[in-house]
Amino acid sequence: MSTSSVDIARPATRARPRLPALPRPRLGLRAVSPPALLILWQVASSTGLLSDRLLPAPATVARTAATLTADGTLGDAVAVSLQRALIGFALGAAAGLALALAAGLSRAGEGLLDPPLQMLRALPLFGLIPLFILWFGIGETPKVILVAFGVLFPIYLNTYAGIRGVDAKLAEVGRVLQLGRIALIRHIVLPGALPQALVGLRQSLGVAWLALIVAEQINASKGLGFMINDAREFLRVDIVVLGLLVYAVLGLATDALVRLAERRALSWRRGLLGT
Amino acid sequence: MATRTARDVTSTTAAQVKGLTKRFGSRVVLDGLDLDIARGEFVALLGRSGSGKSTLLRVLAGLDRDTSGDLRVDGTVAVAFQEPRLVPWKRVLGNVTLGLRVPAPVAAADTALAEVGLTERRDVWPLTLSGGEAQRVSLARALVRDPDLLLLDEPFSALDALTRINVHRLVLDLWERHRPGVLLVTHDVDEALLLADRVLVLDDGRIAHQSEVALPRPRERDHPELVELRSVLLTRLGVALEGSK
Ligand SMILES: Nc1ncnc2c1ncn2[C@@H]1O[C@H](COP(=O)(O)OP(=O)(O)O)[C@@H](O)[C@H]1O
Ligand SMILES: [Mg+2]
Repeated sequence: MSTSSVDIARPATRARPRLPALPRPRLGLRAVSPPALLILWQVASSTGLLSDRLLPAPATVARTAATLTADGTLGDAVAVSLQRALIGFALGAAAGLALALAAGLSRAGEGLLDPPLQMLRALPLFGLIPLFILWFGIGETPKVILVAFGVLFPIYLNTYAGIRGVDAKLAEVGRVLQLGRIALIRHIVLPGALPQALVGLRQSLGVAWLALIVAEQINASKGLGFMINDAREFLRVDIVVLGLLVYAVLGLATDALVRLAERRALSWRRGLLGT
Repeated sequence: MATRTARDVTSTTAAQVKGLTKRFGSRVVLDGLDLDIARGEFVALLGRSGSGKSTLLRVLAGLDRDTSGDLRVDGTVAVAFQEPRLVPWKRVLGNVTLGLRVPAPVAAADTALAEVGLTERRDVWPLTLSGGEAQRVSLARALVRDPDLLLLDEPFSALDALTRINVHRLVLDLWERHRPGVLLVTHDVDEALLLADRVLVLDDGRIAHQSEVALPRPRERDHPELVELRSVLLTRLGVALEGSK
């Protein structure tokens, strides 16, 4: 899905040659291996092959999950982390999108914005943490800003590249059809940039969760990261494992949301992809 | 300097070009070219590859304004390119109505799609069309604007022989109904002779030759007059004829 533009120039309407996809294993087969692994894990724990200190049994983790859910600990932690991720993501995505539109749609915007953004992009994200702590203290702000900063660049870079990559031949069609500037942007440029922008969205969600996890490790008095760190102090490996699983589920869930959005927004490609 | 004017009903020309010069760097592609296209006239433009046919068409379409000389285009211009250039994220109907400023765009587009025989494809994505279908949509998108000047840049060259014959018939049909001035760029001498009132040869940046074709349509490929014109044109294009084909 990472191709930035579809080759509409060719008169033939079939997809450009691509490697034949491997036949997808049937769903039944794909559904077998994860439970099998889980059972293996459980067996290894129950027989004492796998020490509870290193990795508690799935049943233990499940029990812990039930307990922490019942007393509200898990729900509160997830809510706090989710809120940080969402606010940071919204800020970063809005800024990235606005910058990409400004740089992509006007030469002046490109000249002014792109060079500094390319420079900032070179900064290591997690190297900024000390600076953010000095600037914003240790409350919610530095965590949210770290997420926003991480999200901004994938959104900006991909949307900007998407806008710039819009087929010049289609832009000519727009001119021949007498579309005004606004109509050209609305009917040709933005839809043309959308596939690449969605790639940026998915990348940015990955970064968002990663940034959040790191930010929460450093100093937090609530949230999933705090729950995990706190559990480490008390050697509660089961809670640590549970926290990791919850992070994973959250990441998968947001990724699935974007895939869904992709399927709906890019349905015009479906003829091309033959699905 | 190019002038574009609103539709002037009294004018009998669709396009008028005088002394048109176009340079790419130091390379002069069009060199003081003169050309008139009358209302309702079907003109074909031949020329070797790289002789500047597309360049001329782009200037007439207003896609290239960096020229010198006089250019007068009366009324609406529509273009169909070699590749259909359909907007892939708009369904067929949306492609035909794109930028269409008439009171009932959808009804107009439906009529145009019916004319090219694609009524039942109006709601599909362009990427699911065959090459011939896509090219017909592109024609519908051009014709729905009811142009005074229709510019066609080798729009049939990617079609297979059978489809091409059908589309030729369709274009003549539509032309007879709507009567735009047509400039058809092609590298196919037979196509030019079958369709056009006048066949031009572009060489050295000017119209180096023109032949009137005064035969009624539909025309037979091996009509003696066409056979003779064909050899004249091929010679003009620098193709030596050994015997005849
Ligand atoms: N945008 C451009 N920049 C530089 N040279 C160009 C450009 N477009 C066309 N040319 C040159 O102008 C000449 C005429 O091109 P074109 O009009 O496309 O020829 P034709 O359509 O007759 O094959 C060619 O030599 C081509 O290389
Ligand atoms: Mg050409």
